[in-house]
Amino acid sequence: MESNKKVDTTGLMCPMPIVKAKKALDELQPGEIMEVVSTDKGSLNDFQAWVKQTNHELLKHSEKDGIYTFLVKKN
Amino acid sequence: MSAITSQLQAMTAGELTRRILNQEPLFILDVRNGSDVADWQIEGESIELVNIPYFDLLDGVDAALEQLPESSDVLVVCAKEGSSKFVAEQLIEAGRSRVYYLEGGMKAWSEHLEPVLIGQLHDGGSLYQFVRIGKGCLSYMVISQGEAAIIDAVRMTDVFMNFAAEKGAAIKHTLDTHLHADHISGGRKLAKQTGAMYWLPPKDAEEVTFDYAKLEEGNIISVGNTTIEIQPIYSPGHTIGSTSFIIDNRYLLTGDILFVESIGRPDLAGKAEDWVGDLYTTLYNRYKALSDDLIVLPAHFGKVTELGMGGAVSARLGDLFKHNPGLQITVEADFRRMVSENLPQHPNAYQEIRQTNMGKIQPDDEQQREMEIGPNRCAVHDK
Repeated sequence: MESNKKVDTTGLMCPMPIVKAKKALDELQPGEIMEVVSTDKGSLNDFQAWVKQTNHELLKHSEKDGIYTFLVKKN
Repeated sequence: MSAITSQLQAMTAGELTRRILNQEPLFILDVRNGSDVADWQIEGESIELVNIPYFDLLDGVDAALEQLPESSDVLVVCAKEGSSKFVAEQLIEAGRSRVYYLEGGMKAWSEHLEPVLIGQLHDGGSLYQFVRIGKGCLSYMVISQGEAAIIDAVRMTDVFMNFAAEKGAAIKHTLDTHLHADHISGGRKLAKQTGAMYWLPPKDAEEVTFDYAKLEEGNIISVGNTTIEIQPIYSPGHTIGSTSFIIDNRYLLTGDILFVESIGRPDLAGKAEDWVGDLYTTLYNRYKALSDDLIVLPAHFGKVTELGMGGAVSARLGDLFKHNPGLQITVEADFRRMVSENLPQHPNAYQEIRQTNMGKIQPDDEQQREMEIGPNRCAVHDK
């Protein structure tokens, strides 16, 4: 799936992955997709809760070798 | 910026503990996710807590300001520290003072140990309880004539080593009342670090991968060279090998069999049906036969209300037979029903914790920390 924007937060700790993701999402149009990469373990839990709370959509998330990738669709 | 950050103050887990023990009012803003907070939070009789996830405060902290009293100190708390600092800085920018963040977050809170003097022993020695307030675990140190024994040590072994060194005592023995399922034992590690002997009940040790000394009824372990004796009493129920100790003829260390406001759960090795009868026999026969004047010192507390003066968790055995709900059901069939109907949710990662305590798996420090997240949940009545 193609994303409209990529946000790299590798090496950053909570709360920065969500802070950067939110800033990027604010600049997208509804229906557009953002890809976020994070190395913070806590971000899995946080992304799920944040996306749910803000009524966007977590299309996909995956983890490989400690790198978490999230695909978020803006509503 | 410097004017702002100069007002932001860190509060350590130790300072927070002392505030709770002294019952000083404190308002906590917990910025973790709602589900994490519902599962496990800082408790205290003088604590008020609201939960607003940090990601709801990214655009501004007005929602929080409405709920925070201006007249008392506010402590912002998160899992590790980062988000709480982030939110606390914004509260200060919005004009609030008396704002703190919890240094090291819930991670540090989960690992803090507060030593509390329980009493002096007859030969001049002393008995300390180590209160792991964030998780409800209790460890003990007997010190006598330059020697120390540690019972139910948690994995933060530095705390015990430093404390013993301060008191000029060499750690000679570490003991576990049973194979723990709610926290990773520090007993074996501490024994290795200090050259002490590690003791474990053999019936709980059938699958362990290491050498240990057998805690069996009738054994007496001396600490110091005279009168302090640790007498194991075989008291199955929570696990098949659960063993209690009487120290100095005065203190009854009950492990996870009997707590101040509750009793131990018998199901963490998957054998509730088999062990509930043992639990009944231990409580209503073995313990009933002991002196009412023994001071019960358990391996856990379930609620912060169980903390007494200065933080100590203890109660007279006779009083527990009058007030502890788990000791009021004298008919065994009723007891079986009550226990099986009131089993709480399992502790986090309890099976992996048991495997670790048996030496079957060797998680690293960070993995161990994560396995232990959350409350202990060893008692029947909790939750």
